[in-house]
Amino acid sequence: MSEDATPLERFIRGIIPENPVYRQLLGLCPTLAVTNNMKAAMTMSGAVLFVLVGANLVVSLIRGLLKPHLRILIFTLTIATFVTIADRFLAAFMYPMSKELGPYVPLIIVNCIIICRCEVCASRQSPAAALGDALGQSLGFALALASIATVREILGSGTWLGIRILPAGWDNWVIMVLPGGAFLTMGLLLGIANWLGTVRRNPKATE
Amino acid sequence: MKMKYISEAWLVLLLATVFALALAAVDLAWKDRIEENKRRETIGQIPHLVPGAVTGKKDFVGKVFVYRALDSKGRQVGWVLPAVGQGFADKIELLIGLDSKAEHITGLYVLEQKETPGLGATIVAAQWRKQFAGKPATVPLHVSKAATGENEIQAVTGATISSESVVSIVNEAVGGFRRALEVSGR
Repeated sequence: MSEDATPLERFIRGIIPENPVYRQLLGLCPTLAVTNNMKAAMTMSGAVLFVLVGANLVVSLIRGLLKPHLRILIFTLTIATFVTIADRFLAAFMYPMSKELGPYVPLIIVNCIIICRCEVCASRQSPAAALGDALGQSLGFALALASIATVREILGSGTWLGIRILPAGWDNWVIMVLPGGAFLTMGLLLGIANWLGTVRRNPKATE
Repeated sequence: MKMKYISEAWLVLLLATVFALALAAVDLAWKDRIEENKRRETIGQIPHLVPGAVTGKKDFVGKVFVYRALDSKGRQVGWVLPAVGQGFADKIELLIGLDSKAEHITGLYVLEQKETPGLGATIVAAQWRKQFAGKPATVPLHVSKAATGENEIQAVTGATISSESVVSIVNEAVGGFRRALEVSGR
């Protein structure tokens, strides 16, 4: 990664070229765990957006003061604070969703996308670059979760964002709302994403 | 040597203090709302915890905070006892349904938990919780593999500590509540 990218370039890079889920294979625990419906996936994405933006900005602002051997401790401390705020916010204003997500909200603390962005970007770049990076990576994460949740919710419940899409006679594929469906969907979508990437880079490779 | 530690760690100490203050402010601002959400959920769970109950009313027996479970005519049909204790990962908050003499447990509900997903978090499943209904409240319960005795609870597979935590929270809360009932002479 070039060190002189503009904040806008960093933003765009996070969405597809360096998508945290499909390209970096990071943050797979929430990707698998909360994508059985769109609402949960979008709430998780929103929480990750808040935490990543907050942590990246704070780390970027104090980057000149970081001691190499204490930096991970400071990243974790910062991330944990923002995660706790997000967790309490959900419990206060989105209580049923907070119950549904359960421990996955506090588990954002160990989501490696965030500590990875703090390490590779925020601890070395200006707040503007760190903000662009955080927004791009969060959007990339949200897109990845949305793609998996769309497949799982439509096939598993016949709905999308709670709205009925498939006719009432549709037999729900129960496997899709269970963990097995998460692995199947993610594996297939990851395969498609990689295949498309290969075709674009080298059109002859598939012949 | 001591000064070296301070000069290296001052940022950690400062950040920890600032973050702690920020979290205290967040807690102060939203605590009442969160409590209100929990109270509403508790009232909503009362019909599932005590047979025949439709609603509940806050009460104190001695110093123990409890909900009186009332039927549609306002008669008391049991108790719903909130209880908190340490689980495997974080604190576990329970609601325990009891009959009106507090001699039997009539139901159990997990209000809040952060146990391991897929293992300890199974304590929220109705399938596991339902074995508490009908258990005696007069003797302590304990966890076992087969759950044959009348005061035995079968552990969640792979989550012995979560299961034992729930059972010990139940025992402690029910025991304390029964003592408070005796003292108050109700």
